[in-house]
Amino acid sequence: MTISQKILAFHSDKKEVLPGDFIECNVDLILANDITGPLAIEEFEKIGAKKVFDPKKIVLVPDHFTPCKDIKSAELVKKLREFSKKYGVRFYEIGRAGIEHVLLPEEGLTLPGQLIIGADSHTCTYGAVCSFSTGVGSTDVAYAMITGKLWFKVPETIKFYYYGRLKEFVGGKDLILYTIGKIGVNGANYKSMEFTGPVIENLPMDDRFTMCNMAIEGGAKNGIIKFDRITENYLKEIDAKFEIKLDLKTDSENDYEKIIEINVDKIDPQVASPHLPSNSKSVWEYKDVKIDQVVIGSCTNGRISDLRKTAKILKGKKIHPEVRCIIIPATQKIYQEALKEGLIEIFLSAGCVISPPTCGPCLGGHMGVLSKGEVAIATTNRNFIGRMGHPESYVYLSNPEVAIASAIKGKICHPEEVI
Amino acid sequence: MKIKGTVWKFGDHINTDDIISARYLNTTDEKELSLHCFETIRPDFAKKVKKGDIIVAGENFGCGSSREHAPISIKGSGISVVIAKSFARIFFRNSINIGLPLIELKEVDEIEEGDILEVDFSVGHVKNMRNGKIYKFNRYPEFLEKIIESGGLMKIAEKYVKEIEKNENPKY
Ligand code: SF4
Repeated sequence: MTISQKILAFHSDKKEVLPGDFIECNVDLILANDITGPLAIEEFEKIGAKKVFDPKKIVLVPDHFTPCKDIKSAELVKKLREFSKKYGVRFYEIGRAGIEHVLLPEEGLTLPGQLIIGADSHTCTYGAVCSFSTGVGSTDVAYAMITGKLWFKVPETIKFYYYGRLKEFVGGKDLILYTIGKIGVNGANYKSMEFTGPVIENLPMDDRFTMCNMAIEGGAKNGIIKFDRITENYLKEIDAKFEIKLDLKTDSENDYEKIIEINVDKIDPQVASPHLPSNSKSVWEYKDVKIDQVVIGSCTNGRISDLRKTAKILKGKKIHPEVRCIIIPATQKIYQEALKEGLIEIFLSAGCVISPPTCGPCLGGHMGVLSKGEVAIATTNRNFIGRMGHPESYVYLSNPEVAIASAIKGKICHPEEVI
Repeated sequence: MKIKGTVWKFGDHINTDDIISARYLNTTDEKELSLHCFETIRPDFAKKVKKGDIIVAGENFGCGSSREHAPISIKGSGISVVIAKSFARIFFRNSINIGLPLIELKEVDEIEEGDILEVDFSVGHVKNMRNGKIYKFNRYPEFLEKIIESGGLMKIAEKYVKEIEKNENPKY
């Protein structure tokens, strides 16, 4: 079995599972947000449920339309708040919260070997700490909040093996954009993506989160990275308490459905053009793409290392006069850290807007919605039609260094061109 | 169960933002959501769709976010079944869980906008009334069939809740 299959087997009290098996598993953590949570709560109440299976294992995070952008979103968050009071489940209020997929690991809630579900497609992010974590729907969450269980189809696993030397300004975001460009947006539909190889073994935690976060952009059920020294150090650093109860290694190469090898030597920073994340190409191929807005943030690239990389390039420079640059620290903690390190000062002096932690423009919610014909480059994960606003607006995806370099130059460019 | 309806044809990779734009996710109301179904890519859809109509699409239908609002808005607009070459994973789960029927069919390219289809779930047939062609589809695996037969996932949860009330240690 592969790591993903082992975690599923463990949680269904089976010695072995095979790809294609339908099983019911115990879940360790259940997540919902201000969009998907209210639907789950309605389902929960409709059937007259009176208690949740375990309040400590349920987390509600309002992050999409918060701080609430209108009356309707305020009603949705109120629903989460009241449910949490009534049943004692965790609820993260703004000012003490942030974007769910950055917040939960930071809080030490996502741990190796766990089975995690969330009513948000980017729940796959926590594969970076070697958990099996996957996005589900609101009804799934309602069912699991009551029973502590959920049905799964055991996925096949594709192994991605990265080798070679990373060029400067190339990181997790570029590797995953390149990979999705190679396999397509449904290249891993229903499957697990296991990221392996010498490049991954040396990849910092934040980059691992970014890669697992975008596994869904290849259609995958989950993304996962083996537990190793880097995971262990990271968990120690955040003071997480955990105990590994199963063997978190893939048994044999034969357990994979397919192995895809990727030589990273020649990979440049990647940019994905509208309207699919799989439209990724080297940044050098974008010769004259003028931009109106830059967004640096989201559950993909709103972590402290992303802000550090951004500030390093921006220091002493100004945002292009015709560009709006919005920077969104993903959590309260990251915001504070950025302040302490002087990053916020660099951003403000250069002419950026700092938004409170929120999903905001990533899904065209608020805090930087595009008008007709406008073009943005963002460190987010999706560039679907109308994702950041008007149906005739255009979103390019990149890493933070490319995004900030483009903000300085006024058009898409390689970081080298501005330093 | 038999269904007859007119086809709305879509391409590959129709994502959940295409089905229901994020700006309408500040409600959970089925009726309201259905008014904006496919608004970005087919602005006339919500106005013209009739009860019983059928969606026919290409690969990877429903990719993108986990928003259950997507199948809810489709179901709310009166669509009786979605037929596609393949479905994205979370969309598939959500539809099963809320009872929106889905069919995977390789031959969707032979079906055109405006065709009238007759779908017979009991035998697994789709018939195109324009040319009389019949296509076979695979029925759901037994495990999923059980969820659907129960009336969706929440019906199973409802039984569980009643069981708990009777007995502190249910054997589910
Ligand atoms: S930041 Fe964007 S992709 Fe991430 S959870 Fe929020 S809306 Fe979804």
